[in-house]
Amino acid sequence: MTAGTEREDPPALELRDVTKLYGELLVLDAVSLSVDVGARHALIGPNGAGKSTLFHVITGTQRVTRGRIVFAGKEITRVQEHVRTQLGLGRTFQQTSLFDGLSVLANVELAVQQQAGVARRLFPSARRRTRVSERGRELLSLVGLGSREAIPAGALSHGQRRQLDVAVSLATEPSLVLMDEPTAGMSRDEAMAFLAMIVTLPDSLTILMVEHDMDVVFELATWISVLDAGKLIADGTPEAIRGSRAVQDAYLGEGEHLAKLFESD
Amino acid sequence: MRALAPGPARPLVQLAVVFLLVVAPLLLGDFRLFLLTEILIFGLFAASLDLLVGYTGLLSLGHAAYLGVGSYATALIAIHLTDNVFAGLAAGVASSCIVAAATGWLAVRTRGVYFLMLTLAFAQLLFTLAITWDSLTHGANGLPTPKPTLGPGDSGGALDGGTAFYYYALVAFLFGLGLLRAVVASPFGRALVGIRENESRMRSLGYATSRYKLAAFCLAGAVAGFAGSLTVQQSSFMSPSGVSFEVSALALIAVIIGGRATLVGAVLGSAFVFVIRDELSSAFNEHWRLVLGLVFIGVVYLLPRGISGLSARVGGLLTRRTERAAGEPA
Repeated sequence: MTAGTEREDPPALELRDVTKLYGELLVLDAVSLSVDVGARHALIGPNGAGKSTLFHVITGTQRVTRGRIVFAGKEITRVQEHVRTQLGLGRTFQQTSLFDGLSVLANVELAVQQQAGVARRLFPSARRRTRVSERGRELLSLVGLGSREAIPAGALSHGQRRQLDVAVSLATEPSLVLMDEPTAGMSRDEAMAFLAMIVTLPDSLTILMVEHDMDVVFELATWISVLDAGKLIADGTPEAIRGSRAVQDAYLGEGEHLAKLFESD
Repeated sequence: MRALAPGPARPLVQLAVVFLLVVAPLLLGDFRLFLLTEILIFGLFAASLDLLVGYTGLLSLGHAAYLGVGSYATALIAIHLTDNVFAGLAAGVASSCIVAAATGWLAVRTRGVYFLMLTLAFAQLLFTLAITWDSLTHGANGLPTPKPTLGPGDSGGALDGGTAFYYYALVAFLFGLGLLRAVVASPFGRALVGIRENESRMRSLGYATSRYKLAAFCLAGAVAGFAGSLTVQQSSFMSPSGVSFEVSALALIAVIIGGRATLVGAVLGSAFVFVIRDELSSAFNEHWRLVLGLVFIGVVYLLPRGISGLSARVGGLLTRRTERAAGEPA
């Protein structure tokens, strides 16, 4: 983390003393953390730790009360949500958010045409339109939905909806994707298939995910940050986190099953 | 069914309909031709509303405002400056586009019932203005306007008589509807559908959704103004009733009866509304609205996708039957 000056090699994302108040309630308390380029960074913590709020202030659906958010060296603390997307900050949704009435391909195309700068055109050339469709199909096969392009998104299974959600997010050509509990509600098989898909994504893509499933976290993450009651209580490699006393204590309230995961042996 | 899904009109059907419209003056008497002209113009107006209601998901209750602004601008130009049709059209489109941009700038910042109330309020404001600004609009007495001419100034080429004006209106209608169809098929049009389906996701994809909604609002307003020009050119008279709530409501009813997000449905719905009005007003006097209301309720319950949804369903049944017939061994 200390290697390299900030100017030459900025982290993918940096939070500096990010604080969020809901009225009197302190939800995020001076959280500072850094996400390295290419990391598979997991954000964990017990229920009510402030993970979702942190997620929202990074994507821009909520504003911070104090503190700064720096994305790829550029301050985005007051930047609007759609501009953050244009800068390369992508996201997937906890409640998959798709265009249910449109076909699977049309879902991805909506994202591709915006990225390709075609969206505002009333009369684009045929070549541009083909390129949009081609890129859309490419992304669908990347997430394993190549054979499903013509059916309405509303008819997909839960796991397939997640896959499409990822394809739509990747279509915005992000350098960082935020994933909000990507495997929530999935069956074991669906979750494993999803993990296998994530592993095939290029290394240049940074992933920051909020995740409840510890198996998924330890399978995938290269770095883990732990939130508890709005504070960052631990930040380190999966090995370091597994052995952390503070993390164990934080998870004790969550029941023995979870706390056990962090017992060092 | 799939071939029919995006819009009920396939090329062959489209050609047949255009052909029928072209030969209509030979088949219809003066009164019916006048009615058909009215239907085409109002149908274009309803189709512009469909761009907002059906495609973008913006339920406007005050679309008559932009029709009315176009009508008044055309009437005033014809009275004070020139009776050239194109000058009238240009004035109608430009003025309604400007008014739509100004009101839309505020309206697209709201959603749902607030958008509905705001568009209604703008239209009522314009309605009141049309009644009270006596020096400009002659208030409730209305403005008689000269017949439009094709040539420059008063030099001739008057679009007098039903047939000449009908063909002029038909060309304008096909142009307007063609424009709207190109828009909804374009990437811009698909983005509007995306906003209707899931606006917050569109924002997260990098779309400045307010700007898209404003663009749709201006475009719909401009086409409504275009239809407003044609309306006043046909009737040679403009009064505040042309900006009334009833006009907005009839257009909305036409869109819903005809089937949302089809454009053609809005025109079919307009035909339906006008025929009911003209056929029933002789039998029921002022009670035709009551009948229209009952029909409207019936359509909403029985045909959730409107007349064009029904024609798609019938078309699907027919294709299936022909396919079955063709597939059956002799």
